[in-house]
Amino acid sequence: MKVPVSWLKDYVDIQLPIEELARLLTVSGLEVDEIHYVGWQLPAENKYGFKINGLSWDREKIIVAEIREVRPHPNADRLTLCDLYDGEQTLVVLTGAPNLHPYRGTGPLAKPLKVAYAKEGSTLYDGHAEGLVLATLKRTKIRGVDSFSMVCSEKELGLSLEHEGIILLDEDAPAGMPLADYMGDAVLDVSILPNNARNASILGVAREVAALTGQPLKKQAYELPVSGEAIAGKVAIEINDPQLNPRFTLGLIRDVQIKDSPYWVQRRLRLAGMRPISNIVDATNYTMLEIGEPLHAFDYDILKERAAGKPVRIITRAAGQGEKLTTLDNAVRVLNPSNVMVCDEKGALSMAGVMGGLQSEIHDAASAPEGATRKTTSNILLEGAAWNFINIRKTANAHNLHSEAAYRFSRGVHPALTVDGVRRGLYWMAQWSGGCVAPGLVDEYPLPPIDPLVEISERDVKRALGIDLPAAEIAALLERLEFKCTVNGQTIQVQTPAFRTDIGEGVVGVADLMEEVARLYGLDRIPETRMADPLPPQRGNPSLEREDHVRDILVGLGLQEVITHRMSAPEIENRLLPGGSSETPLEYVKLANPIAPEKRVLRRSVLASVLNVVERNARLSDALEMFEIGPVFIPQGGGLPLEPRRLAIALSGRRYSPAWDSKLGVKLDFYDLKGVIEALMQALHLNVSYAPAEHPSFHPGKCAAVLLGKTALGVFGELHPSVQENYDFSAPLAAADFDLEAVLDAMQTAFDLKSVNEFPPILEDIAVIVDEALPADRVEALIRQTGGKLLGSVRLFDVFRSEQVGAGKKSLAYALVYQSPDGTLTDKEASQVRYRIIQRLDRELGAKLRS
Amino acid sequence: MLEKLNKIEKTALESLAAVTDEAALEAWRVANIGRSSPVMNVFSQMSGLSKEERPLVGQRANQVKTALEQAFAARAEVVKNAALSKSLQEERLDVTLPGRPARRGGLHPATVTLRRMLGILAEMGFQVYTSRDVETDEMNFQALNFPPHHPAREMQDSFYIEAGERGDNPLLMRTHTSPGQIRAMREFSGANPENPPSIRIALPGMCYRYEQITARSEVQFYQIEGLAVGENITYGDLKGTLADFARRMFGEHAKVRFRASYFPFTEPSAEMDVECFVCGGKGCAVCKNSGWLEILGSGMVHPNVLQNGGYDPRRYTGFAFGMGPQRMTMLQHRMNDIRYFWGNDIRFLEQF
Ligand SMILES: [Zn+2]
Repeated sequence: MKVPVSWLKDYVDIQLPIEELARLLTVSGLEVDEIHYVGWQLPAENKYGFKINGLSWDREKIIVAEIREVRPHPNADRLTLCDLYDGEQTLVVLTGAPNLHPYRGTGPLAKPLKVAYAKEGSTLYDGHAEGLVLATLKRTKIRGVDSFSMVCSEKELGLSLEHEGIILLDEDAPAGMPLADYMGDAVLDVSILPNNARNASILGVAREVAALTGQPLKKQAYELPVSGEAIAGKVAIEINDPQLNPRFTLGLIRDVQIKDSPYWVQRRLRLAGMRPISNIVDATNYTMLEIGEPLHAFDYDILKERAAGKPVRIITRAAGQGEKLTTLDNAVRVLNPSNVMVCDEKGALSMAGVMGGLQSEIHDAASAPEGATRKTTSNILLEGAAWNFINIRKTANAHNLHSEAAYRFSRGVHPALTVDGVRRGLYWMAQWSGGCVAPGLVDEYPLPPIDPLVEISERDVKRALGIDLPAAEIAALLERLEFKCTVNGQTIQVQTPAFRTDIGEGVVGVADLMEEVARLYGLDRIPETRMADPLPPQRGNPSLEREDHVRDILVGLGLQEVITHRMSAPEIENRLLPGGSSETPLEYVKLANPIAPEKRVLRRSVLASVLNVVERNARLSDALEMFEIGPVFIPQGGGLPLEPRRLAIALSGRRYSPAWDSKLGVKLDFYDLKGVIEALMQALHLNVSYAPAEHPSFHPGKCAAVLLGKTALGVFGELHPSVQENYDFSAPLAAADFDLEAVLDAMQTAFDLKSVNEFPPILEDIAVIVDEALPADRVEALIRQTGGKLLGSVRLFDVFRSEQVGAGKKSLAYALVYQSPDGTLTDKEASQVRYRIIQRLDRELGAKLRS
Repeated sequence: MLEKLNKIEKTALESLAAVTDEAALEAWRVANIGRSSPVMNVFSQMSGLSKEERPLVGQRANQVKTALEQAFAARAEVVKNAALSKSLQEERLDVTLPGRPARRGGLHPATVTLRRMLGILAEMGFQVYTSRDVETDEMNFQALNFPPHHPAREMQDSFYIEAGERGDNPLLMRTHTSPGQIRAMREFSGANPENPPSIRIALPGMCYRYEQITARSEVQFYQIEGLAVGENITYGDLKGTLADFARRMFGEHAKVRFRASYFPFTEPSAEMDVECFVCGGKGCAVCKNSGWLEILGSGMVHPNVLQNGGYDPRRYTGFAFGMGPQRMTMLQHRMNDIRYFWGNDIRFLEQF
C-alpha cells in the first residue's frame, strides 16, 4: 500500500526522519519496499539501504504563485502569456497549457489561478520527454518572447505522468510559499502481510506508528452537516445470509454537484495509487484509503425509479446460477450462487464488495458519451457493508476482479467500520460537492462479531518469550494498540478492539497477543538464550546417510554430481526409447497448472534428466562423467505418488583429457562405466554379478544387469544407436540406471576384514584359449574355485584373438598369485595348484592352455 | 719384472688421469685391470719366474693391481659425479608448461551448502528428517494453519496435481518443507500420545512454487527448516539458536537482527538478517546498500500447528525456522542468476 507521509501526519505526529520511520515500520512487520519522494528533500545518505527515488523541489526556485491574467500570445495561437505574481513581483510567463485557454483574453481574473511555479535553474522532469528525464530550466526565447521560468504540470513535478495541462492548486494556496512546504511529500510503499489487513489504510498505519513511537493517535473530529428529511423509512435492507453479509449500512446525501475534487484530494489519491474521477467517487475512494472501509455510491434516483414509488429495498443474496450483471467496467459478468449480490426488488445492482453495476452507478452527464440521455446524479445512497472475506476472495479470484475494495474485503474488514465509513464518506461528499446529508443511517447488523476477550499472564509471556515482564507493562504495551486491558494480579484481561479481525480466542488468542507484546517490546530487546530443554532422543537418518555415502564414492571416482528439474514431459523422457516414442506409454503424475509444456509432468526417469545435461554440455568439455541422485514419481491413482530414489550415471567423451604432449585419448565406453560400477559396488560391499541384459535404451549387445543374487539393482550399457540419434552428442555414451532404494537397502555397513598375507607369493601368468561365446567371468570363477585358499588373486590382463588362436576362439591371459595363508608356499605346491586349474579348465570349459 | 710392473702402474695411472667419461672409463678398465691387461698378464707369467723372484713379483703385482683398482674406483666416482652434474645442468623442464589434466569429481554446489548447513545443525542437536515432494493440501497448508482460501496462501503459489476429485484436500508439490514438521510431530506423538518426546529436527528438501523462471526465481528450490519443540522453549532460545547458527555459518563475529514478520504457522514470526559479510555492514551491491542480508524466516510454532501435530500447546512450545541453501550459496559467491543451479553448465559446476 502506498502511504503519503503528509496524509499519515493527519493522524499522528511524526518527529522521526522519513528513513527512521520506514526502518521502524519495517522492523515491526510493516515492511517498507520503497520510499518515493515527491517534493521533499531526499536524504543525503541512504543509511538503511531502502529503495529511495523521486524528486526534490528546490525551496527557493519552485514556489506557489498566482496567475492574475491570461493573455494571448501575439505570434502563436497555442501559447498564452500569463501575468504571474510570485509573492514578490509580477512577471510574464509563457505556457501552452490547454487548461488556461478558457481564461485567455478575459481580462484580469476575479479569482487568481494558483499554480506551481518553477524559476530559472529549477530541476524538473521534462514534460515532453518519454518517461521521466530530468532537465534544468534555462533561459530561452519562444516565438520572440523571453522565457526563463514556467508553470508546471504534474509530470514535471513527478506527481504523475499527466502532462495535459498545468496544475491548478486550491484557492487557498499562499503565493510565494515554497511548493515543497505547501504540498511536498514522501510516499512509503508498505507491504501489508495477510495478518495486517487492519493496516491497509492511512489510519491503520498511523495507529502502528503511534504505538511504535508512543505518540497519541489523532482521531479526526468532524460533524456531519445534516438537513432535510431523515433516511429512515426511505430505504430498507434485507440480508438473506448474515454469515456472508454480517452488516449493511446506508446513508443518504441530496443535491450533490458532481465536479472535480479539490486539488489536494486529487494529489493524495494519485500518490496513493488511485485515479481521481469526480468528487463523489473520490470521496468513496478517499474514505477507503483513509480509514479502510470500502464504500459504494448508488444513484438514489435510479433506485427510486426502479422501485416505482415504493421505498427502495436493498437485498443482499446469493446470485442465481447464470445470473448476469453489467459491471461499471462495462463487462457482462455471469454469476453463480457462490457470488453475493447487492440487489433491489428489480434485480442485481452490484457484486458485493467487489465491483458496482453500471446501471445504478454515479453518472456525470458532462463527461458521458454523446447521445447518452441519463441525468447527472444528484442524490446518492451510500453503502458501507461487511462481507465474508473468504467468499469475497473466491469471487474476486473467479472473476479476476482485484479492485481496491476486493483487496480489503478479501483480507477482512471489521463490521464495526461500516458506520464510520458511511459517515466519513458522507462528510467528504458534503465538503466537496455541497450536498446535504440526510439525518440518520439505516443500519442492518444481524451478526455482530465477538471481539475476543483473552486472558494473558506474566507466566505466558515468560513461557513464550523468556522475559520477565510485569502485568502492568504487558498491559501498557497492548493499550498502545487500543486493546482494553484489565490487570488482575499477574493476569490481564484483554479486550480486542473493534477493528481487528486477526485475534483468536483461548490459546491462539494468547499467541496472537504475544506477537503484539514481542513486537512492541522490541524483538531486539529479547535476550538470546540457549535452549535449556533437555536434548531429545537423537535419531539418525540412515537412509540419507547411505545416499550421501553413494554420492561421496562417485565423486571420489571422478564423477560430477548434477541436480535437475523434477518436472519434465513424456516426449523428453521418451527420447530414451528408439524412435523417441513408446508403444505402451507410461503413466505420469500430471501437473494441473504446469508453468510450461516441457514441465507438465513429474519425471519417471533420472537418467533422462542426466542425458539432457550431457547434451547441453556436449560441446563444452572433452569428457562428461556425471551422476544424479533423486526421486522419480510413480502415480498411485488419486493418492500420493510413490517417490523412489534412483541413481543415474552417464559417461561420454575421452577417457583421458588431452595434454600438450599427448593426443586425444580413446573414448569412454562400456568398460569404463563398468569399472566405475565395480568400484562403487566394492565400496558398498555388495557382491554383485553382471549378466547380459536387454533394455530398450541400450545397445542389445552392450548392456548388462547388475545383480545381487537374483535381484536386479540396475542396468547399464552403451546407448542404443537409435536412441543416440535422439540426442545431440557423439557416440558412444555409456549410462547406468540404478534402483537406489534397492542399493541402499542392500549395502553393507558391517563387514569383516581379511588379514593381510605376509608370506611370499609365487607369481605366474597363464593364457587359455576358449570359445568366443564363453563369458570371461566363468573362466575366472573356475580358476578361483579350483585355486581355493592357495590362490591369492586372479587378474585378467589380456584378451587376444588371432589366426593362430583360431576362428571363433579367444585367448584369455590371467596373472595368478599363489600364496598360502598358513606358510611359505613351495614351487611344488604351486605347480600342483596350477596343474589342477589347467585340468579343470580343460575338462569343464574346453579351455586349452596356450603355449 | 718389477721394473715392468712399475712401468705398467705408471702408464696406467697416467692414462687414467685423462679419462673423463663412462666409455673411456670402461675402456681403461678393460685395458688396465681387465682379464688380459698387462698386470693380469704378469700373474699368468709367474710360472716362468725363479723361486726367489716369484714372491716378490707376486707381491708387487698385487700392489699394482690394488692400486689401479682403487684409482679406478676413485676416478669412476669423479666421472659419475661429473656426469650427474652435467645432466642436472642439462635436464631442465619448463615448469610453467601445464600439467596433464587430472579429472576431479565434485558435488553439486547446492549439495555442498545443504550439507554444510545440516552439519552445523546436527552438531547443535538437530537431526535430519526427510519427507516427500508431493503432498496433500492438508499437510502443506491446512495443518500448518493456512485454512482453504486464506490470503496467506497467496504468498506461496502452488503447483497442483491432477488427481481426480479430492475436495478441499488436493495434491500439490510442497511449497515448503514445513509439511515435514507435521509428519514428524505426528510420527513422534503417535508413538507416545500421552507424553510426546521433545523434538529437534532439520528438514531439508526440494520445494516448488509457481513462479516464472528468471535470474531471481525458480520453480524448484532447496529449503532447510529447523524445528524445536519442548516443554521449555522460548523466543529467547529461538534468537540464541539462530544467532549461534549464524556465527557458525558466517564467522564468530556475525551479527544478526530480527524483524517482525508473518507466517501462518508461527507466531510471533520474524525474519532474521545477518550483517553483510561482503562489506561488513558498510553497504555494498550484494546487500543493496542496507548492510544486512535477509537469510531466514522464523517464529514460535503456532498453537494450532502444535495441536495438529499431536502436541498440546498448553504444555509444549517450540520454534521453527526456514532458509534457502541456494540463496546462501549465491550470497557467498556473489552469484546473480539462480538458474545456474539446475542448468548444470559444466563451466559453472567445475568452479566449486
Ligand atoms: Zn554489503
